Amino acid sequence: MVKTFGATTAVDGLSLTARRGEILALLGPNGAGKTTTIEMCEGFQRPTAGTIRVLGIDPVTRPEDVRARIGIMLQGGGSYSGIRVGEMLTLAAAYNDNPHDPEWLIDVLGLDGVRRTTWRRLSGGQQQRLSLALAIIGRPELVFLDEPTAGLDAQSRLAVWDLVEALRRDGVTVILTTHLMDEAEALADRIVIIDKGRVVAAGTPAELTAGDGASAVSFDTDTPLDTAAVPVDGLEAVRPLTYRIPTAATPELLATLTTAAAEQGVLIRRLDVDHRNLEEVFLDITGRNLRS
Amino acid sequence: MTDTLHTRGRFTPGTFRPAPKRASASAMIAAQGKAETVLFLRHGEQQLLSVIIPLAALILTARMPVISEQTSLAQLFPMVLAIATSSSGFTGQAIAVAFDRRYGALKRTGASGVPTSTIIFGKVIAVAAMAALQILLLGAVALLLGWRASPGGVVLGLVILLIGITTFTALGMLMGGTMSSEMVLALANLIWFLLVGAVGWVMFAHGLDNAGWYTAIPTVALAAGLTDAFTGVIPWVEIAVLAGWAAIASALAVKWFRFEA
Repeated sequence: MVKTFGATTAVDGLSLTARRGEILALLGPNGAGKTTTIEMCEGFQRPTAGTIRVLGIDPVTRPEDVRARIGIMLQGGGSYSGIRVGEMLTLAAAYNDNPHDPEWLIDVLGLDGVRRTTWRRLSGGQQQRLSLALAIIGRPELVFLDEPTAGLDAQSRLAVWDLVEALRRDGVTVILTTHLMDEAEALADRIVIIDKGRVVAAGTPAELTAGDGASAVSFDTDTPLDTAAVPVDGLEAVRPLTYRIPTAATPELLATLTTAAAEQGVLIRRLDVDHRNLEEVFLDITGRNLRS
Repeated sequence: MTDTLHTRGRFTPGTFRPAPKRASASAMIAAQGKAETVLFLRHGEQQLLSVIIPLAALILTARMPVISEQTSLAQLFPMVLAIATSSSGFTGQAIAVAFDRRYGALKRTGASGVPTSTIIFGKVIAVAAMAALQILLLGAVALLLGWRASPGGVVLGLVILLIGITTFTALGMLMGGTMSSEMVLALANLIWFLLVGAVGWVMFAHGLDNAGWYTAIPTVALAAGLTDAFTGVIPWVEIAVLAGWAAIASALAVKWFRFEA
């Protein structure tokens, strides 16, 4: 699909498919076209070119039929400014014939203390949690979560991840956008990396982070290590207290390393074996320059 | 405040098994109308502009010593009804819709699968509820002050009032649905003062039964139309003016209305 705004191309020939019952993460920097893509799927924006099917329905011509079966968490939420948390959930529940109990959602999303607070007086994190509740209250087949954990504290984020995993376990398809690597890596069955409106990489987290042959061991220590006294080839200091061994990790290599460090009275504080994290993949693909 | 979240693995399997089922259209409209009405009636500024100020205007002007033959209750009550409905229909709806858009309420409602027509029905119900409250309160006070009309006049007056409410609501939707919330807050109140000032000035200076070209102003048209209607005369000119404004505002609103700010 393609979406242009005047001279700006937000989505540029992007094509993707989510499989039923999986968690698909759209990962990309700000302005990559993630939200535009999602909103075209939700029928809020009309693609300039291309076709979309959500649960077999065209959201351009039948947006209300699509939205009757999916759950949507809008980026930044959205609500009547003067409505109370309890009222908003009761209203959203009334749009459905067999909704989740608003009281139960208030409880599991930790909104009990603010049930009588109006939307505009909620903190960003509370608004996010209410928005998530609104997305799932109608027992949807598929949910779109646009930046579901933006602005959440660590505890809330874990609770949201837990809920998203429970959705997948029960057969709900989840499509979420994020610019958080750990979120995509921790949650997603498949990740689609988007940049400048295009898919630049796609695959499972394992596929995307698999080494490209440049295997290495890297570690940090609490005090300087005498590298000459460690019987390992190629060991070098990357910067003070951070070292790298440019060979594939083996159990024997790690035993040798930790023994040598112990003899010097040096504590290894962190040790990584050949696993490019998603952040490195992401930066390699999308470039290391800051976006305007 | 308990704002704590629960720890992992607390959802029993099957909790989120998909089973979407839309409520019936009537159930959605009822829920939407109830929510819109509660929000509209609970708004303090709305109550002030839509109920308190018209009530005060009715009581004060009726007791003014300068009251002359032509500014009797027969014209004061229609003027106050025009003030009240322009306030709730135009200013109230313009501000409410503008802030709904700013806070993403309409998009959120659409995201929940609510058809656009249901959202509009919800607004209509809220305006109708406010209008019923205004008619009851203002009508009761007017009766206490000595205002009288024939049953036929009352029915005709209610029809004209309905047309007027439609007109002002269409104008409110047009403004609230197309401009930024800051702009609406400033302009909707300013225009309301001008509309109220115009109807007051025409009544005191010319009399509502002699409004001439000022009838083109919607508040003047509504007040003059109500004055005729309460005496059993069908005010064709005023109906045409109100319908004209409603048609223009509706056409432009349908064309330019944006659900998002």
